[in-house]
Amino acid sequence: MIENKKYKNSYNFAFIDESTKKEVRRKLLKAVAIPGYQVPYSSPEMPISRGWGTGGLHVTLAIIGREDIFKIIDQGSDASVNACNLREFVQAMTGCKTTYDTTEATLIQTRHRITEEELREDQIFVFQVPMPEPLRSVERYEYRTRQMHGEADYAKMWVSLYESFVRHGGIMRGADYPVKVNGRYIMAPSPIPRWDIPNLNQSKTLYLFGAGREKRLYAVPPYTTVEPLEFEDVRFTIEKFDNLCYKTGYRRAFLDELYLDDGSRHFVINDSNFLDKIEQGGEIKPFINPYIQQIEL
Amino acid sequence: MSALLRVRNLTKIYGEPGERTLEQTGPEWNSNICPETDSIVACAGVSFDLYPGEVLGIVGESGSGKSTVVKLLYFDMEKTAGSAWLRPYNDGRTNMLEASGQQKRYIRNHLMGTVYQNPRDGLNFSFSSGGNIAEKLIMAGSLHVGSIRERASFLLEKTEVPVRRMDDTPASFSGGMQQRVQIAKAIANNPPLLFLDEVTTGLDVSVQAKVLDLIRELQQELGIAMIVVSHDLSVIRMLTDRTLVMKHGRVVESGLTDQILQDPQHAYTQLLVSSLL
Repeated sequence: MIENKKYKNSYNFAFIDESTKKEVRRKLLKAVAIPGYQVPYSSPEMPISRGWGTGGLHVTLAIIGREDIFKIIDQGSDASVNACNLREFVQAMTGCKTTYDTTEATLIQTRHRITEEELREDQIFVFQVPMPEPLRSVERYEYRTRQMHGEADYAKMWVSLYESFVRHGGIMRGADYPVKVNGRYIMAPSPIPRWDIPNLNQSKTLYLFGAGREKRLYAVPPYTTVEPLEFEDVRFTIEKFDNLCYKTGYRRAFLDELYLDDGSRHFVINDSNFLDKIEQGGEIKPFINPYIQQIEL
Repeated sequence: MSALLRVRNLTKIYGEPGERTLEQTGPEWNSNICPETDSIVACAGVSFDLYPGEVLGIVGESGSGKSTVVKLLYFDMEKTAGSAWLRPYNDGRTNMLEASGQQKRYIRNHLMGTVYQNPRDGLNFSFSSGGNIAEKLIMAGSLHVGSIRERASFLLEKTEVPVRRMDDTPASFSGGMQQRVQIAKAIANNPPLLFLDEVTTGLDVSVQAKVLDLIRELQQELGIAMIVVSHDLSVIRMLTDRTLVMKHGRVVESGLTDQILQDPQHAYTQLLVSSLL
């Protein structure tokens, strides 16, 4: 191995070199300026494979500063393998403080969930995105989907929702439910459950999306209208659990289904930090939206 | 009465044309390939007027450019030269062939319908037949599943497709049924203009007759203007009021259908009529 004698640190701050970080930041500015529009970017090499969270990691590393407090969740959990590894990596490359506490964090990276606790204006929320193109399921060619976005030609997407209703009696998209951003672009919200979709709308926080394998960035700026696609008579709904969290008795949260060793079936709050806070009797400030409000306490 | 559709000098050339390409191709040269540049003149200098409710036939042999004319007017292809004005679009003042992609899509969805020879070109076989009709309705801005389904079943009934098969894909239909679903889709938004490109080719004779009957009925009932492309003179005779005869990309003869069939003037038309079985 070649020994590094010239520099004190073996890596640049936040791993990626400054000019590449600048490029990612410039693309992020463009993404913020055109909400929901997919901006191509370089997707530089990382010490993990493309498609394993590199998109989110690029965004995080491009915007993180020494003062930031970093939190990362994977499917709502601070402790899953993907979250732990990426947290250690970001911590080692930046020396930033990390946390599990949603309210303490200034920069949160996520895979497949938005936190139950409401995000603030001084926080930035970064999504890892596997499939940035919402039209991929109805149009296989990239040059065609770009043209469709350019001309706001979304009839095929709507027909696929119509077809879903005809075949299954409802719009059967559990995750990655397509949304229209700022009345213009249809966007893949990354595979977050339908539960989280209303929390994208008119949110106080900046949402950034990074798809490393597909080399696309996009964004939902704060206070932007995000509407799930729905027909006038077939509406968007969030998940119904008809159950409560067996640990806390809490009802207004996205629940995981658990089978315990004795074979019994239980539901538990998916957001691990939210669960901890309720169990410890801490103060919680969850997202409020019309869909969640319909669930009786 | 002013024309619904005016077409002037419609031209499509593949490859790089030279200065004398148009002079050196056409029926007189018995070829549509330019001897100097090898560019292919699919159609050139096609001009006609179509009046509301009128049915215009375009007849000619394979490669004569008749389908190209329709595809250019339906924006499936980019023209090389020429203009077309459609009266319902901006009062017929704007050349629709120069419109933006978005405008063209508006025209396609609101003011035109087309039925292709091959149902696979006009229908999406992974959607149900109702979904195919829904696509056209959604493109025109309808986002109410109930009213979409109501309209789709009305159209399927009109085109004699069993309504209970609305939620099956066209792949499971017979050729004639697929063609009728295509027609239902094409007329979904009550367009004033319909293109029919070899609609009966490939269907057996009894089914052909049914499809032709349907088209005639729709034409009389809804008063849609149509451009019917066919190599089959009996289809042309049955459906159309006026006919253009094309050869090697040029219109060689035009006039009332009866007149052309009774008293063909151009040598090629005479050949065509005399070879009618």
